[in-house]
Amino acid sequence: MKHLLSAADLTREEAITVLDTAAQLAAAAEQGVGKLPPLRGRTVVNLFFEDSTRTRMSFEAAAKRLSADVINFSAKNSSVSKGESLKDTALTLEAMGADAVVIRHNSSGAPHRLANAGWISGGVINAGDGTHEHPTQALLDAYTLRRHLCADQADLAGVNVTIVGDILHSRVARSNVLLLHILGAKVKLVAPPTLLPIGVETWGCEISYDLDDSIAGSDAVMMLRVQKERMNQSYFPNAHEYSFRYGLTKARMNKMAQHAIVMHPGPMNRGMEISADVADSARSVVVEQVANGVSVRMAVLYLILGGAES
Amino acid sequence: MGNEIVFEKSVVIKNVKILGKETTDILIKAGHITELGSNLSGDIVIDGSDCVALPGLVDLHTHLREPGREDAETILSGSRAAAMGGFTAVHAMANTNPVADTAGVVEQVWRLGKEAGLVDVRPVGAVTKGLDGIALAELGAMADSAAGVRVFSDDGKCVHDAALMRRALEYVKAFDGVVAQHAQEPRLTDGAQMNEGELSGKLGLAGWPAVAEEAIIARDVLLAEHVGSRLHVCHLSTAGSVEIIRWAKSRGINVTAEVTPHHLFFTDEVVTSYDPIYKVNPPLRTAKDVAAVRAGLADGTIDIVATDHAPHPAEDKDCEWTSAAFGMTGLESALAIVNATMIKTGLMDWAAVADRMSINPARIGKVLDQGQPLKVGSPANIVVFNPNIEIKVDPKATQSGSRNTPYRELTLPGQVVATVFRGKPTVVNGMLAN
Amino acid sequence: MTNNVTPAESSDSRVVLDASDISRALTRLAHEIIERTQSASNLTLMGIPTRGAALAQRLAQKISEIQGSPVSVGALDVTMYRDDLRLRPARALLPTKIPVEGIEGRLVVLVDDVLFSGRTIRAALDALSEHGRPEAVQLAVLVDRGHRELPIRADYVGKNLPTSSKESVRLRLVENDGIDEVAIERAK
Repeated sequence: MKHLLSAADLTREEAITVLDTAAQLAAAAEQGVGKLPPLRGRTVVNLFFEDSTRTRMSFEAAAKRLSADVINFSAKNSSVSKGESLKDTALTLEAMGADAVVIRHNSSGAPHRLANAGWISGGVINAGDGTHEHPTQALLDAYTLRRHLCADQADLAGVNVTIVGDILHSRVARSNVLLLHILGAKVKLVAPPTLLPIGVETWGCEISYDLDDSIAGSDAVMMLRVQKERMNQSYFPNAHEYSFRYGLTKARMNKMAQHAIVMHPGPMNRGMEISADVADSARSVVVEQVANGVSVRMAVLYLILGGAES
Repeated sequence: MGNEIVFEKSVVIKNVKILGKETTDILIKAGHITELGSNLSGDIVIDGSDCVALPGLVDLHTHLREPGREDAETILSGSRAAAMGGFTAVHAMANTNPVADTAGVVEQVWRLGKEAGLVDVRPVGAVTKGLDGIALAELGAMADSAAGVRVFSDDGKCVHDAALMRRALEYVKAFDGVVAQHAQEPRLTDGAQMNEGELSGKLGLAGWPAVAEEAIIARDVLLAEHVGSRLHVCHLSTAGSVEIIRWAKSRGINVTAEVTPHHLFFTDEVVTSYDPIYKVNPPLRTAKDVAAVRAGLADGTIDIVATDHAPHPAEDKDCEWTSAAFGMTGLESALAIVNATMIKTGLMDWAAVADRMSINPARIGKVLDQGQPLKVGSPANIVVFNPNIEIKVDPKATQSGSRNTPYRELTLPGQVVATVFRGKPTVVNGMLAN
Repeated sequence: MTNNVTPAESSDSRVVLDASDISRALTRLAHEIIERTQSASNLTLMGIPTRGAALAQRLAQKISEIQGSPVSVGALDVTMYRDDLRLRPARALLPTKIPVEGIEGRLVVLVDDVLFSGRTIRAALDALSEHGRPEAVQLAVLVDRGHRELPIRADYVGKNLPTSSKESVRLRLVENDGIDEVAIERAK
């Protein structure tokens, strides 16, 4: 693995290797091993053009636990806000000897440009690009799903995952659909028609406009965050109606199968797409998702940077 | 056009096939074709073996960027690129800085074109003041100016206000002008980045739906019918748009339409690379749309090929997709692309190419002395094209001020061997003449 | 087990230990460990995956049978501590299992299949130190083939196999490969 730009870059075997590696790393952490040596002397740059303290901290913790040197580069308060281009920033990072760049950018495809334009030689890890992809989120979700639902198998064959909400603008949904299919799960997408992209019927998912119809058959229900700004763009009439039709309430949660879990990539809008009692219920694995994020990002960093340069 | 400096040397093009048909020599003196036949001689000899001769190409849609963005293109550099592409006339779009919305600006562009002296540079006037879509520009003053503007366009922006579009269509009737519409419903394309379809959903790029083009074209052909005026549709790109134009023409509506070489050549699949070299407006469409615009061009529904040559400096393309500028260069590659997409595929012959790239655009733009058949007495505007040479596109070799060609590194069929503009060779042996 | 069980015997491969040889060697190792460690009450066997971990399990089984009480056994992955990590593509990690007793103050016997350069054992010592401070660390290997590159020596050796550096020693175990045997192969 040289880069991780899209969940679709991974073969089934590679995806399983990431999950297995993450599991070993999590076990090491549970056994009290604080810091591991494999990235000693390697420099990881967190290049964040969008505010995302959570994802940046997760990558930072992951890199540091593997003994990498970490440089955080936030677009706020930097030359980027003074009009420096992605290219010039990349050339600077290259000059600083970055072995890998973790990039979060509001422009879809920015990580692809960084990896393929010839500006830098190191690995590129997509930490979320525009409305395109967020592959490490999908990996941590797959890890969480495997832990809870298929302890005895390597992949997610036979698991039914329902993703609910703003599919149109969600990079989490795109990466999850790709990776869940690679790992053999079945995916159902539930959203108002305005929040489904044109062409979604080619994604290989079952599509529904009705959340109530989709609850009972799911092994996991993944709720997506609804951005505040969508409310003023007539994707739906108002927050109340959205919540009424597509919010995961306690009544809906009670219709879920006994073993089924509730997921959310965070940060949650409590009372909007998920009610507070659901968010805090025993079925909710939201906090665990965050913890698993560090292990999965460690696995990705290790697999990209731990071996010989490819 | 008056005050022409007549090129005094005689020029003979040897053994060339006019419109790809019988082989002949063409003798040119004092700006006109004076003789066709064999064994002709002249002061300057151009070898036309293996080549076709077409009337000099006329581009109805060129961005020359001057005044305002001389770092991207100047009228001189754009004229050179045009000559290299076999053009003898180009229409310089109005979205310069300042906008070409007054007689002063269009006369400046026209005069700089004269000074370059490589092609007829015909300024396009803005439809609305400052391209703001609110109030009409001085259409009559521009028509009456030395530039003699006949094509009016807000290209880059759509005249989306229906009432304003109606007034523009009506007003230009007074001087037989035409409104060239950039058909793009703005609200449906807010923030749009690429064709809306299967791929935009996967790539997470905001979609530019076909309906945003088709809805405006449908409205405008009905407006043109209602007021009895002449409408031209810029860079038509969708199968649905072809259908609407076909329908409008069957009703007798006075509408013409253009397609760009890149919409004949590329599908939106290339966007998968996220390389902004492929970012263009309207966006590259699906294979179905490409097939439809080719068929429409072949059957005459689409009247012309126009380049929408849109030079941009490197920094506007060497960045992430959403920050990049829309547009690609196209003057130098246009004929090779039409050869690849329409001739090599058997969809058209060279007579049809002459029709779509010279005769029709000259007629729509009311360009005198251009788009004339290659016969004795015609003005000597000629392109000599070898359709069977394979040339690898090198962006650095361009005469344009910018290198944003989407064909870089591709091998394209055909080369412009020579261009003759008003009797004077501007390109000889595939290179600019001194 | 999806591995093909093909006999190692061929023109450039010869079997030097078969299943019964391996079993006898392990029994002898078990007795030596009991003898040298006096009481095994604070003994912990830590196998290095994959085959060393399987051998540790077998040794633990034999030791507990001989002395009639269970023996603490675990596995220790050394991948991230290897000094040749950067010389090959990133390798998948293998399980580390620290027994509930931990390793603090214990007499740890590292168990590996073949002792060669000694680099794996060096990595194992580093890996082990992340988990605590044993009272002492010893090393048991099924095969010692020589050619050490570090000052490391095994305390218990099942079989000394003098080899050429151009040869490779291949250990197969039922747990991983479906068959028990040790073969010397000429390196290709």
